[in-house]
Amino acid sequence: MLKIENLHASVEDKEILRGINLEVKAGEVHAIMGPNGSGKSTLASVIAGKEEFEVTEGSVSLEGEDLEDASPEERAHKGVFLSFQYPVEIPGVSVTNFMKTAINESRKAKGLEDMPAKDMLKLIREKSELLEIDRKFLSRSLNQGFSGGEKKRNEIFQMAMLEPKLAILDETDSGLDIDALRIVANGVNKLKSKDNAVIVITHYQRLLDYIVPDFVHVLHNGKIVKSGGKELALELEEKGYDWLKQETAV
Amino acid sequence: MAYTEEELKKELETKEYEYGFYTDIESETFPIGLSEEIVIAISKKKEEPEWMTLWRLEAFKHWKEMVEPEWANVHYEKPDFQAISYYSAPKKANPNKSLDDVDPELLEMYKKLGISVDEQKKLQNVAVDIVMDSVSVATTFKKTLAEKGIIFCSISEAIKEHPELVKKYLGSVVPQKDNFYAALNSAVFSDGSFCYIPKGVRCPMELSTYFRINQAGTGQFERTLVIADEGSYVSYLEGCTAPSRDENQLHAAVVELIALDDAEIKYSTVQNWFPGNKEGKGGVYNFVTKRGLCEKNAKISWTQVETGSAVTWKYPSCILKGDNSIGEFYSIAVTNNYQQADTGTKMVHLGKNTRSTIISKGISAGKSQNSYRGLVQVNSRAENARNFSQCDSLLMGNECGAHTFPYIEVKNKGAQIEHEATTSKIGEDQIFYCNQRGIDTEKAIALIVNGFSKEVLNKLPMEFAVEAQKLLEISLEGSVG
Repeated sequence: MLKIENLHASVEDKEILRGINLEVKAGEVHAIMGPNGSGKSTLASVIAGKEEFEVTEGSVSLEGEDLEDASPEERAHKGVFLSFQYPVEIPGVSVTNFMKTAINESRKAKGLEDMPAKDMLKLIREKSELLEIDRKFLSRSLNQGFSGGEKKRNEIFQMAMLEPKLAILDETDSGLDIDALRIVANGVNKLKSKDNAVIVITHYQRLLDYIVPDFVHVLHNGKIVKSGGKELALELEEKGYDWLKQETAV
Repeated sequence: MAYTEEELKKELETKEYEYGFYTDIESETFPIGLSEEIVIAISKKKEEPEWMTLWRLEAFKHWKEMVEPEWANVHYEKPDFQAISYYSAPKKANPNKSLDDVDPELLEMYKKLGISVDEQKKLQNVAVDIVMDSVSVATTFKKTLAEKGIIFCSISEAIKEHPELVKKYLGSVVPQKDNFYAALNSAVFSDGSFCYIPKGVRCPMELSTYFRINQAGTGQFERTLVIADEGSYVSYLEGCTAPSRDENQLHAAVVELIALDDAEIKYSTVQNWFPGNKEGKGGVYNFVTKRGLCEKNAKISWTQVETGSAVTWKYPSCILKGDNSIGEFYSIAVTNNYQQADTGTKMVHLGKNTRSTIISKGISAGKSQNSYRGLVQVNSRAENARNFSQCDSLLMGNECGAHTFPYIEVKNKGAQIEHEATTSKIGEDQIFYCNQRGIDTEKAIALIVNGFSKEVLNKLPMEFAVEAQKLLEISLEGSVG
């Protein structure tokens, strides 16, 4: 589904990603771990097409299609979803209105009519139940005054609504208490299928107890320095990142 | 004033004047320039009674002694008032005709502007009094309104048919010498709307007027007078569009609202006059005086969505004269490219327990300047007066400006005044967030702007709100590269 080859990216002439190779197939869950400043969030942003990052070498393709010239919204239409580490506030725009706009814009890009209000309501009801979201929450301004946990839950709610092919969860576990974590993880697990893929970016092993990865990659200095199965996450938890840093320095 | 029609015509013909048509409709335009003769000629042309002519002349006398105000935060080349033609009427128009008799070319033009009268008549519960280049050409729903005793007609017609009302109220809220532009308007106003709601009557539909400036080089001087008698209610809509023009056009309208005891007037405006092109060339100068008077327990709400004009100078105000009266001002002002707006309100608290609310949303983009200027004045006998003001500014890009000039004058210790102000900027992060959800940048801006403006948009009547929302989107198109 997603194929990243020798990806180099920089911001303001500072190279952050230095040759990433990664392949994610449909039905798989990949975890990307690594210390602060290793380039995890940059990788997520580059896949989503954020313009402030310049891709200097290499490529990102989705289902065999090179994404180089695709705008962020076009990537979204093709099924890329990013759950933000720091979701932004949009005052005066309700969660419902935002979702309605997002869904209809994607439909428009595919040449479809707006989703009928009846179907929209049904979808909202179904997905808000999945994530145990209070309906009142949906009429509030997007992310405005939301607690950390509410913001993250809202991100996953949006993911549920948009049903992406590739979901990237950037530090979705940060700011979540254990109950919220369980709800969010449960939501992600229910949305998982053989046709879509998930990339989980996290610092800690904790989230991976709930969303069990097929592969774990460790990012350091803009490169994937180690890949393995889910046991790699446990090893990292135990040993920290330092041993890896030493290993790669050699 | 011993002019005869013939003499006048002859004299006018000998003067040079600029002439330019936008449509093929034959217009009748006065020579450029302003003098006592022109004022008399306008009055004569409109077959006005002598008292009206004298009223205009008095205004003209004041105007000659006044100077153009310069305190507003706007910079422009002052219009040459002697280079403007002060009267232009579509020749074929006849206010007494039915819609079917109206020049089909005119109707075609309205359709292009999205102002289909037929459609309005059928689909919407809106009575429309259309003003084009000064003279009212079609009035609908008149009969329905007449059954309730409501008078809704052109101001010219009202001067002839209802002189007692016009005499009593014209200039009672905005006197002839109120300010430079109001004086000019009082001298030369060509037409406008008049509305009277009798005691205890609730106007069953939204009354609506569309103004537009059609002919190049003509100033537009509309005069609107709305009187809500005791215990009555009316919602009045005013919308404007204008085709592109190269030279600056002057618009100096006056709107007077009178809400008698227990009456309520809602006055909504969507203003979309030509703002000038991307280089800041052309555009309408919009210098408007709007003011309402509230008697006991009365209420006046101004709601405006201002997206057009090169320069806007406009402060819809409320004189809260009667005890327990309420004044409200809800405004969205959008400026883009080289537009300049200096707009706000004045809430003058005279009566006891008077309350006012001001919600102002300014959106600046491009190289534009957007100023809020508001006065809250509480006089000494206005016991227990309350005001709440909120001024929010939204900036797009790095080259525009947002300014807030709140003036508060309180002479009564029992007053309670609240003022809140915020300034924010549409961030790249907000745009990227929307993009990531599949919403392109243009739509994202519209979404953010609509969210920002929601409190005010919600105050507009339904069909107007939809139009206004579209207008906001159009006005900001291309403002973020």
